[in-house]
Parts: sequence; C-alpha cells; structure tokens
Amino acid sequence: MQELLTFTIIGLSTGAIYAVVASGLVVTYTTSGIFNLAHGATGMLAAFTYWQLRFDWDLPAPLALFITLFVLCPIFGLVTERFVMRGLQGTSEVVKLSVTVALFAFMIGLANWIWPSDSSREAFLKFYEGNKVSIFGINISWHKLITFGCAILVAIVLRLLLYRTRMGVAMRAVVDDRALTELNGGRPDRVAMFAWALSAMLAGLAGVLLAGEQQLNIEPLVLLVINAYAAAIIGRLKNLPMTFAGAAVLGLLDAYYLQFSDNSWFPQSIMGFGISGMRASIPTIVLFIALIARPQTRLRAGIVRIREHNKVPAWSTSIMGAVALIAIVVAISGMLTRSNTLLLLNGFTFAIVALSLVPLTGYAGQMSLAPLTFAGLGAIAMSKLPGDGNFFTLIVAIVIVALVGALVALPAIRLSGIYLALSTAAFAVLVTKLVFNQKQTFMSGNISVPVLDVPFFEINTPRGRLILASIAFSVLGLGVVAIRRSRLGRRLIALKDSPAAAATLGMSLTRTKLAAFAISAGIAACAGALAGDKVSPQQYDFTQSLPIVLLTVVGGVGTVGGALFGGLMLGGNSVLASVVPTLKNVTKILPGTIGVTLGRNPSGAASQIADAYRSLANRWNLLAFAAAGGIVIWILDAKYVISHWAFFIGGVFWILAVTPNLVGIMQAPRNRQIIASVYLAIGVIIAISVDWDNAVDSTGKRLIALVLLIALFGVGAQRVAENAPRIHRSSPDVIGLTTDFTDEELDRAERELGVVL
Amino acid sequence: MTQPILELRNVRASYGSIEVLHGVNLSVGRGEVVALLGPNGAGKSTMIKVVSGLLRPTSGQLMIGGRDVTGAAANALARAGLCTIPEGRGIFPNLTVRENLLMATYSGHKLSDIEESTYSRFPRLSERRTQLAGTMSGGEQQMLSLARALATDPVILLLDELSMGLAPLIVAELYQQVAAIAAEGVSVVVVEQFARTVLGVADQAVLLAHGKVQVAGKASEIGEDVLAGAYLGS
Ligand SMILES: Nc1ncnc2c1ncn2[C@@H]1O[C@H](COP(=O)(O)OP(=O)(O)O)[C@@H](O)[C@H]1O
Ligand SMILES: [Mg+2]
Repeated sequence: MQELLTFTIIGLSTGAIYAVVASGLVVTYTTSGIFNLAHGATGMLAAFTYWQLRFDWDLPAPLALFITLFVLCPIFGLVTERFVMRGLQGTSEVVKLSVTVALFAFMIGLANWIWPSDSSREAFLKFYEGNKVSIFGINISWHKLITFGCAILVAIVLRLLLYRTRMGVAMRAVVDDRALTELNGGRPDRVAMFAWALSAMLAGLAGVLLAGEQQLNIEPLVLLVINAYAAAIIGRLKNLPMTFAGAAVLGLLDAYYLQFSDNSWFPQSIMGFGISGMRASIPTIVLFIALIARPQTRLRAGIVRIREHNKVPAWSTSIMGAVALIAIVVAISGMLTRSNTLLLLNGFTFAIVALSLVPLTGYAGQMSLAPLTFAGLGAIAMSKLPGDGNFFTLIVAIVIVALVGALVALPAIRLSGIYLALSTAAFAVLVTKLVFNQKQTFMSGNISVPVLDVPFFEINTPRGRLILASIAFSVLGLGVVAIRRSRLGRRLIALKDSPAAAATLGMSLTRTKLAAFAISAGIAACAGALAGDKVSPQQYDFTQSLPIVLLTVVGGVGTVGGALFGGLMLGGNSVLASVVPTLKNVTKILPGTIGVTLGRNPSGAASQIADAYRSLANRWNLLAFAAAGGIVIWILDAKYVISHWAFFIGGVFWILAVTPNLVGIMQAPRNRQIIASVYLAIGVIIAISVDWDNAVDSTGKRLIALVLLIALFGVGAQRVAENAPRIHRSSPDVIGLTTDFTDEELDRAERELGVVL
Repeated sequence: MTQPILELRNVRASYGSIEVLHGVNLSVGRGEVVALLGPNGAGKSTMIKVVSGLLRPTSGQLMIGGRDVTGAAANALARAGLCTIPEGRGIFPNLTVRENLLMATYSGHKLSDIEESTYSRFPRLSERRTQLAGTMSGGEQQMLSLARALATDPVILLLDELSMGLAPLIVAELYQQVAAIAAEGVSVVVVEQFARTVLGVADQAVLLAHGKVQVAGKASEIGEDVLAGAYLGS
C-alpha cells in the first residue's frame, strides 16, 4: 500500500510535467491552428539555457530562472510567431507541420552545436536538492513538490487568463472568428504573439523541471513532447482540464509500470520478444489509442483545396530525365573519391525515401512522418529473408513492407491532417522502441543487408551501389509518374482535393488511402533493402525521418524532381559537413533553417528560392544544368583545382544565387537574358577563383563575403530578369489549400449539386 | 457640399485571381443612411469587406473622413470608429454574452458602460449574460451583434444582411434600433438583398450587380421596376 502511494505520487509528479507541456501545445494550437512539433525542443533549449546561466555562469537560481522563463522564453516565442508562424495562415497542414518540423530540426542542431554532448553537464541539480518532506510517511523531494505546485499554478493561471482577462478572451475569440476579432478592434497578430510567448514559457518551465528529474540530455527532453501529444490529444487539442487529466493518467501509467516491472514475476519478454522498450512506449501507445478513439470529424466540414499546379508529368521528359540522371551518375562516379561516393550514395538513398512521400503526401495529401521507419523495415526484411541478395528477395521484402504499411494505415485510416501525421509519428517511435531493438532484428546494433545480386555486374563497390541507387531512383520515379498518370493517380489527387466529392462519386476512400500507404511503404522499403551494407537502427530513427519530410516538402512533394532535390539536399548537407569540417555546426542547423523559411513572407529571399526551386522541379533541362554546375564545382574541389573554401562559397553561391534565377532568366527577353547570365557568371567566377583561404583571414569575414556575393550577384541578376512575364508560382503551400468553406457555402453548393444530405 | 465621411473611388477587388468588384464608387455623407442593394453574388459583402479593411482593394481608394485609408488594417479602422456587423452572425459563438461584450471594449469603452447600454436596450440579453452566444436564438444573436454598434458609439456603421434568416417581426425590431442609431447622426451603410426591408430607413440607395454599381440615387426615387430589372439581370 505504502509502495503504491509512493508510485502514485511519483506518477502524478511526472504527469504534472506532461500537463505543463501539453497545455502549452494546446494554447498555440487553438489560437493559431499550428500543432507545434518543436514544442518539446523549446523546453529542451530552455533547460540547457537555464543550466548555462545557473551552473556554468553561476548566477543565483532565481535570477537564472527569471531570465530563462520570463525573458528568453517569451522572446523566443515572440520571434517564432512573428518571423516563422505568421506567414503560415491559410497554408495546408502539411506545410504547417513541416515548418514546425524545421524548427524542431533547427533547435536540435543548435543545441548540439552550442552544447556538444561530450562536455560534461552532470551539475544540473534539482531545486532544493536533497530536501524532502514526509507526507503520510512517504518521503517526497521538494523538487517534486515544486513540480506539483507549478502544475497547479499553471492550471489556475491559465484558467484565470483565458476567462477573466481580455487578452485571454481574445485568444478564444480568434479561434472562433478571426475576422470578427479584427472588426471588434482586436489585434489577432498580437494575440498570436502572446500565445506563442506563453507557450514557450510553459515549455521552458517543463523543460527545467524535467531536466532536474532526469539528466540534461537532448533526446529525452525533446521526446518529452510525445508524451505531451498524448495528453493534448486526450484533451482533443482544446480542452485544458481533459488535457491535465490525460497527463495525470500518463504519469500514473508510467509509474505503475515501473513498479510492476520491478517484480520478479514480471516477464522480461513475451513470446521471445524483449519488452525493455515497453515503458518508453506507453505514452506512444496511449497516443495511438487516443488518436484512433477520436470521434470522426464530419467529412463535409471540408475545405477548398486549390489544385496543385504541378503538371501531369509527360512520359517523354520523365524518361529523358531518368536516363540523363543515370548517365550523369555513371559519368561522375568514376571521378569521385570513395568517401564522396558514399556521401552521394547516401543522398540517393534519401532521395528514394523522399520519393516514397510523393504519392502519399504529394498526390494524396496524407502526411507521414515515418518514411525512414519503412526503410528500416525494408532493410531488416532484406537481411532476414533467405536468398542473399536475390532479386526475388527484394521483391518479397518490398511486398512485405508494403503490406505492413497498409496494415498500419488501417486503424489510422479515418484520421487526416495533423492526427494522421501524429499517428505515423507514434508508429515510428513504437517501431524504434519495440521492433528495432529486438535481437531478432538489429541484434547487435548492426545488421548486414546483402548487396543486390545483379547478373554480369559487380556492384559490391561504393561506385556500383551508387549507380544501382541512381537506377533504382529512376525506375521508381518512373513508376511514380506512371501512378500519377493512371486512374489510381487521379483517385489520389481526388483524395487530396476533395475527399467529400470523391466519396460522393462513389470512390472508396479507404481503399485509395490504403493503396497510397502501401505504395509509399514499398518505395521506402526499397531504400532500405538496397542498402547493401551494414546498417544500424539509428539510421532509421524517427528523428531522422523529420529532415527528409522537411526537405522534400521544401523541394516540392508533388513531383519526382522535388523528391530528388530533397534527398540530395540532405545528402549534400552531409557532404558539406565532411568536406568543410569548420562548417559542421552550420550544417546541423541548415535543413531546419531552410525549412523554417517556408512560412516566411512569400517575398522573403529564402522562400523565393524555395519557390524558384519548386518551379524548377518540373524542368528537367534546367535541373540538369543546375546539378551539372554543382557537380563541376564539386569535382574542381575533389581534384584540388580549387580550395575547400572556394568550393563552399562557390557551391552555396550556385545553390542560392544561380539556381533560383534559372527559371526567371529563361523567361526574360533575349537581351536581359544575356546580361543576367553574364552577371551571374561573373559572380560564379569570383566565388570559385578567389583564394579565400589566404586572401581572407577569418571564417566570419568569408561568410560575410559570401552573403555580399549572393546579395550583389544573385539579387542583381534577379532584378535584371525581373521584367519578364512571371510564370505561375505555386504558393509556399505545396499542397494548395486556401480558405475554408463556410457552412453556408457548403449548403448552397450541395443544394445546387442536388446532393442535400 | 460637405465632404463625404466615407468614399470608395473606383475600387476593384478580387479573391485570388477572380475579380469581384470591377471599379465601384460610393459616397456616404455624414449622418446619411445608404442602402446597398443587389442580388445574391453581386459583391455587396465584398464591398463591406473592402470598407471594413478586411480585404485590400487591388486598385482604387478607400477614403474615410477625407483621409486615404486604403490598405489600413481592419482592427485599426475598427478602433477609429468604424463598426462592422458582418454577414452571418456578428458574434463569437463560443464566448458568453458577457465575453462578447468584453471584446467590444477594444473600441475604448468600458465594459460596465457597454453592459449597461446593452442590457437596458435588450433586457433579454441580460438574462443570458453567462450563456454561450452560439446557443441563443438567431434574433438574440443579432441583438448581441447590434449591441456592439449601439454601445460603442461609432462614426460609421456597416451592416451586412441583418435580416438574414430572421422572422419579419424581429427584423422590424432590429431596424428600429438601426433607425435610432441613424437618428444620433451615425453614418450607416445597410446591405440587404430585399429592398423593402430597408428602403424605409435609407436616404440613398445604391444598386450593385455583377460587381458594378448599376443605379444610385435617392432611396425614395428608386422604383420597384428598377429593382426588379436589376435582380433579373437585365
Ligand atoms: N472568400 C471568397 N473566395 C472566393 N470567392 C468569393 C469569396 N467570397 C465571395 N466570393 C465570390 O464573390 C462574388 C461576390 O460575393 P459577395 O460579395 O459575397 O456577394 P453578395 O454579398 O452580394 O451576395 C460571388 O461570386 C462569390 O462567389
Ligand atoms: Mg453577402
């Protein structure tokens, strides 16, 4: 009994932290419609900041706390809202989610950069370390009491704020009717900034409290948010009391599991499968159940989706592109060093994974955060199935994983948008925790995936595998094009554009969705099954999936070219890290930084670049030119013609200044075309020919020079080409979702269509 | 002639790439009541959105009190004394009556004053002050949205289809209140699809169809035949 009470208290104090985190999630979701996947990462950064102030710089605890929670956290929230989230109004959930994924990646990169994991940070102390009180004969540390107190305080303050103050009422008013809030004279932008600041404070508070309980480590602090997701979903993302109750239940489940699993009769494994990952999976399982148990939202409360303006890919250009891609890879792969070959191979593997998102997310509009998980399953299947690299083994592996994909989609089939995305995240975490750590799968941490057995060709070399990967990408890419052009492809598009209309026309939503998931899982499985090398479970971790999703959305998830771009970009990032070690830290935050700008003001430079890239994705000739240029610069570096710094500056210049301008230049009148091209060419020559290593003496100055170069030549060329007739630019919203139908409009539409329900 | 308080000069507005207003002009004098009439889809609500600042015109000017306020934020115009009751119900359904009134305090008036003014005019709302506004009857909801106009002492009032979906008796009651507001010297633009409801209180009538002003003139001079013709799309 005594013991049960102890564990109850432990559980409730854990739940108290979850509650604080979850309430922050709810605050931003309700006021801005953005589910902030980076919420846990905010708490993590706050905990590290507090550690820095308190234990490294020895500020007194109250001061350190005040600065962290009441100065830095709110500023962080304000900046996030103002510069990242505000531009997201009216974009699709895929874009919104991707931006928070980007923020997540950015913050993890930043934390890794500032606080590398090797430096010791054991000094993180609980509040009033060592002090305990005894209640009912149970010893409770002051830290736990404080945690409780904070949760209760948060509950009270939120309640008072939301119902007793005008700011709080305005927060709820914005949810109800944003335009009307404005017509009343309220400022929704300020309300949103306030909400994000508040949310960041709540995340920070939870982070600091949790870091005292556990160690100061990036991962557990970030994944904390998963537990909070579960609580927030139990509260239907809006109901705070329910959220708090959900958090308490989660905390208790965790504590009781801990207590029971301590008993000698508690099994170590079930049917031969170890369950050591079970405890960490409980919140995810609860999340999964809570998601599936959600009452179904009415289909007809639909949304106008403006069709994505990706043209249906033509066979001729697709085949030409595929052949050209393989030819380029064959040609350059002979010139690469072994390590560079492996890096490029990595990029192609990512590109295949990214390709798996095209039919699912790009065509069908269903967001998945688990593409790499399926790749991991593919790798396991390939290595465990008999046949040792036999082609049929590959097919069987793909089919098995595709079936798993459909199976996983089955319970989640009625979910959409954020809920679907979360359920795929839950699946990914579960697989990581429960499947990848079994002795039947990644037994010793590494497994060997056999190389595909191709007659007459020796591909057991990095170069062979690289060529194989490029062929696989091309073939699969053509397959995806074939899908898009088929009846199924039109169904997938219909699923995205208007589920309600599709259903009215007698289409089976369930079957179409299942097909999309199965195809996607199958393609991703290929990426794993073709690894042809030792692979480790870390490669397929949930957190690794996020940058892929992110960069694919940046590249344009609706096209095969976008997938290639996303994959190579991610691969290129690691190329950058290995070629220019000084920039290793920059590469940690690069994908996040690029993604965050998705939501920037469309006239912002980076999102324009993303826009330009997206319009590029349909133009194989320009794309090939851009790729060729990048490769030339790379080769110049690999052959020691230019220095690493010239490579870096030239490469970034190529990516950020030249490539985005290609489409604009193509459409400019002849004379402007020439001027702009010459202008850019001068920029490129300067970028790669200056002896940066000796001419400029510090990294900082070199980076400034780079920015100036881009500003001068990139923007200059854009200005020159500007007067050209603009091509239709798709919005940053790749999926293309704009305004909500009002109920009234829906009624009218239904009456006119004669489908009165 | 005195300067108009509200003026639209050759305003064009569009949703995405679809233009809805093709250059409309409107001039509202101080204390004048203008009826904006027109068939469904004519662009009346769009015009109200432009005037209230919710939709930025693609070209043309919006003048208020002689100043060019094209592109000003809706909330800034609202705080400057432009009160808009939008189409549908101009209330927050998930806030209580009292919280709805609290939102009206952005106009600079004290909550206690707003409450007093509202409850004295609409005693029914006083009984429902802690009820969620969305759970009230349509007439009560429209009273609540009018209450904002009555209590916050605006300079210009825009009303979009106040009568939609309401019983004639209630409509008559609401328009009595509108007449009372107008009598205090507030300039009012009233949008209605059906002219008879509103021509009685209006000084001027403007007929909009296909995104253009078809007829504008004294309310008393607009005859049934003109209206009928416009509605039939002649
Ligand atoms: N949010 C919107 N997006 C796109 N088109 C719209 C939107 N609102 C109205 N429209 C279109 O603009 C036109 C004018 O609409 P509206 O101003 O509401 O007319 P009224 O109020 O006179 O009935 C209609 O054709 C309508 O379909
Ligand atoms: Mg209307």
